[in-house]
Amino acid sequence: MLGNHAKLMQFFSMAENVTGRKKLQKMIYILQKCNIPFEEKYQFHFYGPYSEELTLRVEELCNLGFLNEVKEDRSNYYQYNYTITSDGKDFLQQFALDMPEYGDKVEKLKTKSSRFLELVATMLYFDDLPIEETIEKVHTVKPKQNYSDEEIEEAIHFINELK
Amino acid sequence: MAYKDQQLSEEKVFKDPVHRYVHVRDRVIWDLIATPEFQRLRRIKQLGTTNLTFHGAEHSRFNHSLGVYEIVRRILNNFENRPHWNNEERLLCLCAALLHDLGHGPFSHSFEKVFKLDHEYFTQQIITGDTKINEILENVSPGFSQKVSDVIGKTYKDKLVVSLISSQIDADRMDYLQRDAYYTGVSYGHFDMERILRVMRPIEDQVVIKSTGMHAVEDYIMSRYQMYWQVYFHPVTRSAEVILSKILHRAKELYESNDFTFKLKPTHFISFFEGKVKLDEYLKLDESIVHYYFQLWQEEQDDILSDLCERFMNRRLFKYVEFNPNLQMKEWMELYQLFMDAGINPEYYLVVDSSSDLPYDFYRPGEEEERLPIHLLMPDDSLKELSRHSDIVEAISGKKRTDHKLYFPKDRLDKLEDKTTKKRIKEILYGQGDVKNVR
Repeated sequence: MLGNHAKLMQFFSMAENVTGRKKLQKMIYILQKCNIPFEEKYQFHFYGPYSEELTLRVEELCNLGFLNEVKEDRSNYYQYNYTITSDGKDFLQQFALDMPEYGDKVEKLKTKSSRFLELVATMLYFDDLPIEETIEKVHTVKPKQNYSDEEIEEAIHFINELK
Repeated sequence: MAYKDQQLSEEKVFKDPVHRYVHVRDRVIWDLIATPEFQRLRRIKQLGTTNLTFHGAEHSRFNHSLGVYEIVRRILNNFENRPHWNNEERLLCLCAALLHDLGHGPFSHSFEKVFKLDHEYFTQQIITGDTKINEILENVSPGFSQKVSDVIGKTYKDKLVVSLISSQIDADRMDYLQRDAYYTGVSYGHFDMERILRVMRPIEDQVVIKSTGMHAVEDYIMSRYQMYWQVYFHPVTRSAEVILSKILHRAKELYESNDFTFKLKPTHFISFFEGKVKLDEYLKLDESIVHYYFQLWQEEQDDILSDLCERFMNRRLFKYVEFNPNLQMKEWMELYQLFMDAGINPEYYLVVDSSSDLPYDFYRPGEEEERLPIHLLMPDDSLKELSRHSDIVEAISGKKRTDHKLYFPKDRLDKLEDKTTKKRIKEILYGQGDVKNVR
């Protein structure tokens, strides 16, 4: 019961705070691709892998008072910041989750920008292709992002390190 | 004449209650509709278990797929000769629209959850694999099937093409909202689609809406909101989904145990139970096959499987109460133990179902670069996100409404002989004997 909610709460507890919904989306996707068993279903959207299920589940956690969401107006868009509440900590304590240790991965992901995590998530989405085709695909589906060779190289290194 | 350009000698039409007529002139489209893979969609209901709540909701994925095709066809007629639109992409768009739901299986939401499947994966497998559909698409041009697959998978290079098939105001949603409203018989879900189609404009990488058409879009967003809460999230439908999922879980569990033998070998389910579903096996399973097994499983020796199947087939659904995980976690744990004490397996008969367990989404503008919102094209050619301009949409998209319900078999509880256990269970569920919350 509510096991998937608890898994997310464990993530927020580890991350302490997450700034940006886009960053959150990409972090959970990347962790999934590192075999951390989050079950939110992802599809490819305009800005890379995106999970409607994750969006709704986070809304539920906010409505239940387990997560605190702060909305900041950035003139032409909003940005959201998430932290776990004391009710959220109490909720989490009632679960014995069978999850692998992944705190180090969360720390690494937190230090990266959402633009970089979008690149990493997109590369992982096409990870069944040979690396040359993956890179070609990134340029095809994200022409506007204009990722440089250095960024792609860094992303490959980051993925190897993370896995 | 090249196959891709061939036209039927006269236009064919399908009579359709939502769009009046679905028009087909392209030979390729006509041939795709005639394939076994597309005809299979006649045997898969668009709304799964919703017909147990709204008895009219018997329409199929076949109807819907034709509807999406028809809407895209009309949009493209309007786009002809407009800047940014490349008419060379016309056939690709029509094929993607027609085939976008090809990989849906029976009761696909429950099947996907229980067996960890993804209908989009199967859509792409049908399009690019060894199928009649693939044969036709490759006759258009080598590699064409991959392009169709990429459009449906949203990884095609031309984002404008992708956004016609899937964005927050796309042909898919415009068809299913109207079609589902029509077949369920509800009065919400209707909006002025003709007006929306007239104010849609292609720009570089997306479809936008001329700002003069904002009110028609507001109506569409309102319809979407109403349909989600009144039809898609209907608690009785969710009860049926809960039972369906539990049947699949139980059958899988029994298959995996060494001490149970099904009276009839569940041939069609074996690859699903074993997590190794091949395309030909996937295509064989439709709703009539699932119902056939559920009918048989009512006679199985396992009490849980036979009871759940009997409930599903005869619409003897679970009752529910509202559940707040923040306030009621301790009570839930007590309930779990009480169910065990009463001999009712809580893994199958005490189920919390959340709004996030369902696959439908609301309109959300989202954060920058989180997801693509609906953009209005202003008179000065600038773009404005819809909710920044419309108070109605802002009110709806800013409101986060979520929901959790606890499902249980009230009939079993009523029959409990241990009066103490029965009393305590009812106290927790109904709150000090108040039964008004039970539906």
